[in-house]
Amino acid sequence: MAMAAIRREGRRFAPLISPRPITAVRSSPLYPTLEDEGPLGVRHISTQVVRNRMKSVKNIQKITKAMKMVAASKLRAIQTKTENSRGLWQPFTALLGDLPSADVNKNVVVTISSDKGLCGGINSTSVKISKGLHKLNSGPEKETKYVILGEKAKAQLVRDSKKDIELIITELQKNPLNYTQVSVLADEILKNVEYDALRIVFNKFQSVVSFVPTVSTVLSPEIVEKEAESGGKLGDLDSYEVEGGETKGEILQNLAEFQFSCTMFNAVLENACSEQGARMSAMDSSSRNAGDMLDRLTLTYNRTRQASITTELIEIISGASALEG
Amino acid sequence: MLRRASMLLARRPILAARARPFSTDLPAAPSADATFTEAWTKVIPNMDPPKTSLSFMQPRPPTPSSIPSKLTVNFVLPYASELATKEVDMVIVPATTGQMGVLPGHVATIAELKPGVLSVHKGSEVTKYFVSSGFVFIHANSFADIIAVEAVPLDRLDVNLVQKGLAEFTSKLSSATTDLEKAEAQIGIDVHSALNSALTG
Repeated sequence: MAMAAIRREGRRFAPLISPRPITAVRSSPLYPTLEDEGPLGVRHISTQVVRNRMKSVKNIQKITKAMKMVAASKLRAIQTKTENSRGLWQPFTALLGDLPSADVNKNVVVTISSDKGLCGGINSTSVKISKGLHKLNSGPEKETKYVILGEKAKAQLVRDSKKDIELIITELQKNPLNYTQVSVLADEILKNVEYDALRIVFNKFQSVVSFVPTVSTVLSPEIVEKEAESGGKLGDLDSYEVEGGETKGEILQNLAEFQFSCTMFNAVLENACSEQGARMSAMDSSSRNAGDMLDRLTLTYNRTRQASITTELIEIISGASALEG
Repeated sequence: MLRRASMLLARRPILAARARPFSTDLPAAPSADATFTEAWTKVIPNMDPPKTSLSFMQPRPPTPSSIPSKLTVNFVLPYASELATKEVDMVIVPATTGQMGVLPGHVATIAELKPGVLSVHKGSEVTKYFVSSGFVFIHANSFADIIAVEAVPLDRLDVNLVQKGLAEFTSKLSSATTDLEKAEAQIGIDVHSALNSALTG
């Protein structure tokens, strides 16, 4: 059986049996095998390199599997919060409608992204949509500014739109997300940025594998008045009586601010959910790739190991037969 | 490539099996979305336009010709939807101008809320909540949307803590120096006295 095995291996590894083909072996691009000298000058092809690679790939697989579990548990925690907050922005859209095509002079695009990476392509999609909105709303007398939430969007937008960035906010998820934090954030944005229309760009969480880029528009009270007067979608806003406050404008101002903080809260939660879901699927495909790589490496390792055993055997046997005959 | 195909295949049954109402697409896209989509495809032809909030909402029924018998109430908080399209007889909301009763057929109104008691009347049962503040929209089709920042059922309030808070903020007001501190203390007093009257009255 050993002879049959040797014959099989010998056929495959015929070039290795020739004396000292070091250069041929060393120039192999994928797995440069090291040669080390054993006793009596017997050559062993070292499996050290392949073994090192296998160890590192196995570690990477373990890490990505763990990251997937962590992302799954974080997703579960934040998904219930997100679904509960979905009712929050609906009354505003029912009252004021949604006018993404409103033509205004001062646009502010609020891009929501994650701080950490390894979450697939969701941050790039958000940035692409933000840049698209910038292009869409460009024209004479019109300007678009960016407010950036999250490190990843900051890294991408700082490169080419640095002069258009108004505000950058990072480390949003250091503490668990809650409405108080987001409303303080919304207050900061409203105080520091002049706006006619705020467009919030985020990834809406539809399921663990599906994240839809969405844009929510919040109009300033002056624009709301203008649109209401010109009829169309907001035409029946005038039919609503406004209770309380000194003027209608004051109430509408409060309404716009409240609408912004509510839509921001929902957007931030949805984006966080999408981030965890995207990270889950990214880490899952990483683990799968690592597993495939490990399989291929194991095969190569076994082949190399068997080849060196065969070489040894052949040398010993030919040495022995030389002594006899 | 295979993964995208499997995602597409997976998306169809997910859409069908989903029972959540908020993610259904509207059957006919409203005109505002159409202008946006057109403008987008003209400027950025190689990317799909982003979805807008309108496509994630269920449309509201139009104003009926006769006054309906029940009021449909949506009471939402940032953390939960307390009541979602619940049919009730009447709600009393604490608007800034005082307690406002809302019946079916109420004129369309936008009102801001001050801290106070919200009561929901359905038949003979009355549920009371203390709301911190928010807005109420009453639509012409007898839909009422109440959005509050914080709301708790009255039985969860502790009388002693309310009294303590009231005393604390009163002392803070007397010792306040800047306008900001005075305003914060005043807000505290307003909320706590409203809590007090809610528990006693």
